[in-house]
Amino acid sequence: MTIEVRNLVKKFGSFKALDGVDLKVDNGELLALLGPSGSGKTTLLRIIAGLDWPDSGEVTFNGEDALAQGARERHVGFVFQHYALFRHMTVFENVAFGLRVQPRAIRKDEATIRARVKELLDLVQLDWLADRYPSQLSGGQRQRIALARALAIEPRILLLDEPFGALDAKVRKELRRWLRSLHHEINVTSIFVTHDQEEALEVANRVVVMDKGRIEQIGSPDDVYETPATAFVHGFIGESIELPVQIEAGVIRLGDRPLRLAADGLAPGASRLFVRRHDMLVGPPGSGAFEGAVQHVRNFGPVQRAEVALSGGETIEIDAPRDRELRAGDTIGLEPRRYRIFAGV
Amino acid sequence: MTMQIADSVSLSAPDAKARAHAAAARNNLRTEPRAVRIVIIALAMIFLGVFVVLPLVVVFAQAFSKGILAYLAALADPEALSAIRLTLVVAAISVGLNLVFGLVAAWAIAKFEFPGKTFLITLIDLPFSVSPVISGLVFVLLFGAQGYFGGWLRDHDIQILFAVPGIALATTFVTFPFVARALIPLMQEQGTQEEEAAISLGASGLQTFFRVTLPNIKWGVLYGVLLCNARAMGEFGAVSVVSGHIRGETNTMPLLVEILYNEYQFVAAFAIASLLAMLALITLIAKTVLENHLDEGHDASDH
Repeated sequence: MTIEVRNLVKKFGSFKALDGVDLKVDNGELLALLGPSGSGKTTLLRIIAGLDWPDSGEVTFNGEDALAQGARERHVGFVFQHYALFRHMTVFENVAFGLRVQPRAIRKDEATIRARVKELLDLVQLDWLADRYPSQLSGGQRQRIALARALAIEPRILLLDEPFGALDAKVRKELRRWLRSLHHEINVTSIFVTHDQEEALEVANRVVVMDKGRIEQIGSPDDVYETPATAFVHGFIGESIELPVQIEAGVIRLGDRPLRLAADGLAPGASRLFVRRHDMLVGPPGSGAFEGAVQHVRNFGPVQRAEVALSGGETIEIDAPRDRELRAGDTIGLEPRRYRIFAGV
Repeated sequence: MTMQIADSVSLSAPDAKARAHAAAARNNLRTEPRAVRIVIIALAMIFLGVFVVLPLVVVFAQAFSKGILAYLAALADPEALSAIRLTLVVAAISVGLNLVFGLVAAWAIAKFEFPGKTFLITLIDLPFSVSPVISGLVFVLLFGAQGYFGGWLRDHDIQILFAVPGIALATTFVTFPFVARALIPLMQEQGTQEEEAAISLGASGLQTFFRVTLPNIKWGVLYGVLLCNARAMGEFGAVSVVSGHIRGETNTMPLLVEILYNEYQFVAAFAIASLLAMLALITLIAKTVLENHLDEGHDASDH
């Protein structure tokens, strides 16, 4: 199933949740919608599911107009952030629900339904919980039951809203790996929403980065990390150093200090320079594009994180390998191995 | 340090000592002296005894003062039977109507956003804040001979006031908030996610209501119905204004109690009153049971 979204706009009062979103999802993809809260990612997901309606724009499934159908007809599996399991039903009945409410003409007989539910509970490895109630399950178990329930209707598309948001760190890591292998197994077109970049980069084939109701970048996890398209993406994904710089007459300045960096092809004016923390190479004073004084040093496993006051008036944090110990008070030179400059402030 | 570890690992004996310490600590937390505690508890008990238990005992004592035969005879009186029948009919009508109204109102308030919602919530409480006598008078004003619809009703030969419809209307008005009030907070707390899940799984609106919404609120519904019924059967003020006190026709149980009492028929009055008191006791027990179920529901919803 391919999904196509064209020029989607959705307002809540005066707040623009979606501001002209275009997106194409290929058959069998596992796509992540990544963005801070309020970026419109959940709204986009709910519109695709039919739980919300856009003010304007188009949504098509395999070229067919999906907005002409209600949530009931779209055949979309939706996993809610807080699972929304039916609290008065057993796990078994939760998973069976989608099969039991089918119109009588196509409804399966009881034996078939039982076999199918059993199969799904096996798939999520929780068949031993069939007779429990949702309140008796752990967060990770609820999450997997919610997924089994959504899969029961053999959905054309699987949508997951912050699937790991309410879980603790360890369970979250396990479930991520599990979800990726499950997707590999069932291969249904899937979209999940997350605000956690690590989650998006680890699980998805493709990542859509959103901010303020707009799509900032669409690309593979490597693309969005290595070659961020906008200042927002660079700042949001990975740990970045952000410096306000001025570009005039082929020179990049930080405060009043010219930097020894090439300014070829850059538009003059106020800009922002982004460097990954671990891309700042430490050298002796006088070497490199920047110079600064070390303020604090803390060790984080294989790296030392140093707070450096740059001459030019900004304080940054860098991650340096521990082969050369830094000490507070040292004056050092810094050379960005890679950097990007985006116009504007 | 090593000593402490060894201590906590070694078995039972220090364990018992620790428990004794804990018990002592708990006692110390109660700062009031023993005498003060006894006085406070005694005051509460005496107050409850005089104002709650004693009246209840008096009702039954008076009802049975001339023996059980007189008691049964009083209840078997045609007027008493008619009052009991009328009370049951009126309660059935008003509870039925309020169940439907309450469900619809709570559904609308909890699951949708619309202008005027706060106003509607306030309005639902109106019958609680208005004196029942005023509520009754409103219906006299609307349907009485001199009222707004009085002429039209007389022309079409429809009797509302001083008849069952008027009593049912007044009772329904007075008891309107119970079901809605029991359901609104419950449904607001539960939100709409389970309904959304049901619809995305292919359920129709009716299937969603009967398979998801209603089971989630069933204890709340029963709770509301119970309180609504208790008030409907016991309502005096509003019914007194619209009933006309026609003996054997428009007297409900509370009205009959008053009439019999005024006529010095104490056994008969208290016999009917004892039925109302029993209703109250049953309601109280059922309410406690339902509240336990409601608490369980809240726990289960605690995702």
